[in-house]
Amino acid sequence: MSLESNVPKGALAEKWTNYRSKMNLVAPNNKRRIEVIVVGTGLAGASAAATLGELGYKVKCFTFHDSPRRAHSIAAQGGINAAKNYQNDGDSIYRLFYDTIKGGDYRSREANTHRLAEISLEIIDQAVAQGVPLAREYGGLLANRSFGGVQVSRTFYARGQTGQQLLLGAYQALSRQISNGSVVMHNRHEMLDLVKVDGKARGIITRNLLTGKLERHAAHCVVLATGGYGNVFYLSTNAMMSNVSAAWRSVKKGALMANPCYTQIHPTCIPVSGEYQSKLTLMSESLRNDGRVWVPKNMEDVMAIREGKLKPTDIKEEDRDYYLERRYPAFGNLVPRDVASRAAKIATDEGKGVNKTGLAVFLDFEAAIQRYGNSEAISKGIANPSKDMIRKMGKEVVKQKYGNLFQMYEKITGDNPYETPMKIYPAVHYTMGGVWVDYNLQTNVPGLFALGEANFSDHGANRLGASALMQGLADGYFVIPYTIGQFLADEIRTPMIDNNSEEFVEAEKAVAERIDQILSIKGDQSVESFHRRLGKIMWEYCGMSRNAEGLNKGIQMIKDLRAEFYRDVFVPGREDDFNPELEKALRVADFLEMGEIMMADALNRNESAGGHFRSEYQSEEGEAQRNDADYAYVAAWSWDEGGNHQLHKEDLVFENVELKTRSYK
Amino acid sequence: MKLNLKIWRQKGPDSTGGFETYMVEADEHMSFLEMLDVLNEQLIHEKKEPVAFEHDCREGICGTCNMVIDGRPHGPQQGTTTCQLHMRAYKDGDTITIEPIRAKSFPIIKDLAVDRSSFDRIIQAGGYISVNTGQAPDANAIPIEKDQSSRAFDAATCIGCGACVAACPNGSAMLFTAAKISHLALLPQGKVEHTKRTSKMVAQMDKEGFGMCSNVEACEVECPKEISTDNIARMNRSFLGSIFGSEG
Repeated sequence: MSLESNVPKGALAEKWTNYRSKMNLVAPNNKRRIEVIVVGTGLAGASAAATLGELGYKVKCFTFHDSPRRAHSIAAQGGINAAKNYQNDGDSIYRLFYDTIKGGDYRSREANTHRLAEISLEIIDQAVAQGVPLAREYGGLLANRSFGGVQVSRTFYARGQTGQQLLLGAYQALSRQISNGSVVMHNRHEMLDLVKVDGKARGIITRNLLTGKLERHAAHCVVLATGGYGNVFYLSTNAMMSNVSAAWRSVKKGALMANPCYTQIHPTCIPVSGEYQSKLTLMSESLRNDGRVWVPKNMEDVMAIREGKLKPTDIKEEDRDYYLERRYPAFGNLVPRDVASRAAKIATDEGKGVNKTGLAVFLDFEAAIQRYGNSEAISKGIANPSKDMIRKMGKEVVKQKYGNLFQMYEKITGDNPYETPMKIYPAVHYTMGGVWVDYNLQTNVPGLFALGEANFSDHGANRLGASALMQGLADGYFVIPYTIGQFLADEIRTPMIDNNSEEFVEAEKAVAERIDQILSIKGDQSVESFHRRLGKIMWEYCGMSRNAEGLNKGIQMIKDLRAEFYRDVFVPGREDDFNPELEKALRVADFLEMGEIMMADALNRNESAGGHFRSEYQSEEGEAQRNDADYAYVAAWSWDEGGNHQLHKEDLVFENVELKTRSYK
Repeated sequence: MKLNLKIWRQKGPDSTGGFETYMVEADEHMSFLEMLDVLNEQLIHEKKEPVAFEHDCREGICGTCNMVIDGRPHGPQQGTTTCQLHMRAYKDGDTITIEPIRAKSFPIIKDLAVDRSSFDRIIQAGGYISVNTGQAPDANAIPIEKDQSSRAFDAATCIGCGACVAACPNGSAMLFTAAKISHLALLPQGKVEHTKRTSKMVAQMDKEGFGMCSNVEACEVECPKEISTDNIARMNRSFLGSIFGSEG
């Protein structure tokens, strides 16, 4: 299968503007009779459904949550990038584009990434107009902060709750369209299959999670905004219900899963505390603006800390290894996520981990508390302030910036991070891979679109901080409302799609049979136990570091686990009832296939790039080594019902950026 | 630690429910929901139906979890959602009573899960600023005083969990509704529709069957985001304004 990216011709900076001006349009009278299904109500889905509704399309929107406001975008903490250059520090659209391409280790599409940088400006305008209370300076203008992998301050934020505020903005816009009838909202409906008619995506099969009833929903096209697949690892910063099923079911109907091995392991999460653990909690990357990462230099100190004989604050300055500052002087603690995570792994692999399990490093705010305290003393004109006074004022400044994060940390760990350094460790956070889409965000199945984290397109092999919110909203507010017209302009004569056609009836029947099959296994092991075991296999063989031997082993283990699942899983309850265990079983069944394709992709990619680190391919200094000659392509995988997968390639063409070794030193 | 749990079990919206007692072994580092996970794994192992409860992000921001623990929404800790409550707050041998929110406008679905779609309908009645995508001026065109913006933020942190309704003897949704009205009213962008928004949202709140404000302010105490009842005063002023035509 040849994959056509459909990137428009012309100069990079003019592609989107020119393309947009010449695109096919759908007249208002036709929009009124064209139906669009949007699945998912996170930043991408809610913004898309709201905007398509405003344009006059008949939108049907679906979420498995009890309300559109619960989507996991709500938990994003740190911020959203935009090349506004309000700080006059040298930012520009080109620089945001370049940072993103470089940050992604040259594995994303130039034209998509440039469009994202262009649109970033409009997103901030839109959010403020909706009443999103972004942080402000005393003069009343918007504030910015820095994030990893960049040397300008372009991140807009709303305390440590940026995702919440932006999602509520999109949710309110969506609510407005629901109230005027442009969008019909289906809460607590989970998509369990895609329906194709004559090769085009024309609808979905959903399960009403309250009654268990299967429903057939038809439309002229289908938009997936269903998030990432990080929960394949069981432990991740994703919400408990985040899953890959909508995307994976679409792959089984002919869409392609692109670059599934590109997973982001976030460097600053609260470490695992025990076997019962159900999820991991992120501590925003923004903390690395002021927090310094370190481990003790001497093993005696490490052991003394683990045994509780020494406190971290007892370790003298000269006995600490601020390893990010040492290895990467130019970016220091603000290196990109993949680099920071690997460095933490190297430190703990050397035995320097600072908690009982040996899997934690320190993130220390004392220097920032002192710095802010001193500067407050000067600005308040306090001569000879006492040490206590400096710490008190410094802590107050830190509290204003990160108060809710510090509070969250204390609630979970019982430690007070104002007085002792945080303990952190990398955890699965975001998936750069996703459903393959072209420049129009259309998959290889005509009429099927994928937005936000669910697609693969803009972040390459590693996503920079504060870029996920930007991409979700760019796709939903400003890309799909235009590009969907390229498909729909040819559909204006297509009558309403009939949800009683053979294709719909067949698809519903297949879903019913799948549910029946899982319920009738009546084995002895819980869904949760299978999910946990899958997660361990993924983390061990497809986590922060991978190699061919481990991946081959992992693939076999997943196949065996999948066979065991279909032999011995026990799902209590009935299909025609509110049954969270059944929901979970269907999601885990899909993860058991997704995990295999991730490993196959990781095995195929004989290079290290961004979040994909193959231990066979590294420099003498332990940095990732790409192979541009052989692997500068998007790996898009098909998967048939028999579990056979096949690789399809889209070569990445770089016309504007020179491919370099990524250096943050 | 060993715990005795008294949990409300109810098969469906129209069934009669009742308390069941369970024993569970927990660890002080577990979150409250992880403790319930352990119980559910135990029940599944015994081929019994697990306790249905709602949860998702488990980091205190999505607002999905919402049970009433020993009579208090989200349990004993101030400013804490159920998912952020950790078992170090309990000791060996404790008995914990867990039940769903009981309010007319939040019908029980099953066990601890309730239907809070009435909150969505209150927002749909007017809890937004009417601006289409693409209509926005430059984000820095209107400076907003930092403290004012910060107060708007404090109101905007509502997670829509329903603890305020659960805490109120009248099952009132005043704090939820007022928080959204305040958030938008405190910003220049939201001022334009303020009066109309208030009357529409209050009307919807009444239509959903939520009670009148009980004036006991338990909602503020139980709110996991510690949203102030000052917002209710602001809403009441502007509601009267919308009737009598003066600026709220």
